[in-house]
Amino acid sequence: MGALRRTFNGFASKHGLGVACFIGVAVLFWMIFLIALPQISMLDYSFRYNLPAAEVGGPNDVYTFANYGYFFQGNDGTFNGLDIGILVKTMVAAVFVTIIDILICYPIAFILAHSATGVSARLMVIGLIVPFWVNEILRAFAFRVLFGATGLINGIGLSTGLWDQPIDFIRADVALYSGLTYAYILLMIFPIFNAVEALDRNQIEAARDMGASWWRVHWRVVLPVAKPGIASGATMVFMLTAGALAAPQILGGPSNLWFTQLIYQWFNQSANWQRGSAYAVILLIVCIAFVLMMMRVFKVSIGEIGR
Amino acid sequence: MTTKDIVLDHVTIRFGPFTAVDNAHLTIKGGEFFSFLGPSGCGKTTLLRCVSGFSEPSEGRVLIGGNNMKGVGPNKRPTALIFQNLALFPLMSVADNIAFPLEVRGVGKKDRRKRADELLDMIALPGVGDKKVHELSGGQRQRVAIARALAVEPDILLLDEPLSALDLKLRHHMRSELRAIQQRVGLTFIYITHDQGEALTMSDRIAVMNSGIIEQIGDPETIYNKPKTAFVASFVGETNAIEGKVTAQDAGMVSVETPVGRLTGSAAGGRNYKPGDACILFIRPEQLVPGASSDGGNTIATERVKEEFEGNSRHLFLKANGLDLRLSRVNTGVKPDSETGGAVDVSFAADKAIVLPASALAGA
Repeated sequence: MGALRRTFNGFASKHGLGVACFIGVAVLFWMIFLIALPQISMLDYSFRYNLPAAEVGGPNDVYTFANYGYFFQGNDGTFNGLDIGILVKTMVAAVFVTIIDILICYPIAFILAHSATGVSARLMVIGLIVPFWVNEILRAFAFRVLFGATGLINGIGLSTGLWDQPIDFIRADVALYSGLTYAYILLMIFPIFNAVEALDRNQIEAARDMGASWWRVHWRVVLPVAKPGIASGATMVFMLTAGALAAPQILGGPSNLWFTQLIYQWFNQSANWQRGSAYAVILLIVCIAFVLMMMRVFKVSIGEIGR
Repeated sequence: MTTKDIVLDHVTIRFGPFTAVDNAHLTIKGGEFFSFLGPSGCGKTTLLRCVSGFSEPSEGRVLIGGNNMKGVGPNKRPTALIFQNLALFPLMSVADNIAFPLEVRGVGKKDRRKRADELLDMIALPGVGDKKVHELSGGQRQRVAIARALAVEPDILLLDEPLSALDLKLRHHMRSELRAIQQRVGLTFIYITHDQGEALTMSDRIAVMNSGIIEQIGDPETIYNKPKTAFVASFVGETNAIEGKVTAQDAGMVSVETPVGRLTGSAAGGRNYKPGDACILFIRPEQLVPGASSDGGNTIATERVKEEFEGNSRHLFLKANGLDLRLSRVNTGVKPDSETGGAVDVSFAADKAIVLPASALAGA
């Protein structure tokens, strides 16, 4: 609290009381009305029964763990392998997408920060940003066109004789992984770029001069500097991938559900907001726990991510 | 020829239409402390990067120990480069920094640590191996960078103005320390600097560079006392430059008609001048003495402008017919009363002045 007051006073003396009040009110509004209250009401929902409107507030409207219980045990008290399996699959897929993004974005960010100059650097940045002017749904459908049975890739593969039967990229989830990987690529590139840009070029040359091979230069000199950037990019990509809905909906295989689709079904098809909320809370907690665990494993502090 | 010899064989380095180094041709002997001295942008760092392998010459060859280095990368040359900002790795400990070249060569962890500790003893910083680089002072970092460069015993150490970030006192201290280290390990040192004091105190030989061209190569005394070009004379040390025209030459002595009167100096490097040649007469501030010459030699009538006191020396700033002159003398603790007047005659011995053909001066 003391730190907050100091921040406020510092702001007031630097920019005037009016500006400080505006910032304070805006931040509080953001925190309370846009973040805290909806989440709290979701949390509240998740502990209630799905009652007809007439019974809301009545004697039957009591708190319960039934919605969480359903996730683990289903209706009949047995292991709910289906839903848990979908959650595990979603997490594994999100990790997979995050790793692919790191592998793609690290070289791009490094080149952008240290090799590209002037016009070529600006062209690279524009080339990365402009495709994101196209909205998410359209981009997802574009990937469907690309990977469909009669799509561009199958067309090329078949006509050049690389394979003789159309490959079902949709069922194999190739389209989904590609779409998700592409969707969050900027969120990975820019944090890594920020971190790597601060690296003094002389350190790379010094390591080269001392006989280090390229991979060792990266492993020992560049990667440690890039680590906070990779961590913050990976956190964002992982969270957003695990929480993505449009791409799995459009690009996912018919037999493969994403956990968010399950939540969506509870809300919209089953009109069971209470259970949907519980599932959403489960997803949130599992994601946060997983990210914190990974940060512990890779020895990254939360402060480094915020840098 | 030893493995530590370096030959620059007519090396020219161009960046597009710009010639950064023009026909550098010289041999640096094994175990020598060799400095490239010149103002910023004269091409000395470019030349150093060419020796270390970060760039290739546009023309000519670089030979180290008699081997042509064409196509040999910086990681394969027997050179170690110390960068201007040292380029220590901030995320590694001091010991890991020093042992990095050993790590690269696959030396085991224990042996690396042992060697790092040995090197820390050598640079008189025992026990700091586990500290982070930012916990060290500027001078200590300097020494760690040297230790890191020496860890794999390179044949040649290349230093790119490594002292420029230090404060004056430390810089003076590190000069003698660098020289001592060089003599102890017996390596070839190639030292890049724009500080003539550094070059003069440490080097066996100096190459003075100006806009890509090596103007003169010689030992410090020769460079300072017998400059070959107007640039060298004006860049290395303080000097008074008096432009004029040659009137006559008698053996080694040249008479010059200048705006401050007719003066005589020695023709540098046995040059022969024709009457009417444009030339510059250089006389060091410490060779000017107050008072007229007793034997009717070089005397200039001047006016006092100001006097500066610099602790160990005094600088007297004078003006003679619009020309700025400077006279320096050792501080003897007493202020000579001959220097209190407005007008003052100064004189100098003809053999202490040098006459060189007119050309661009440093900083002009």
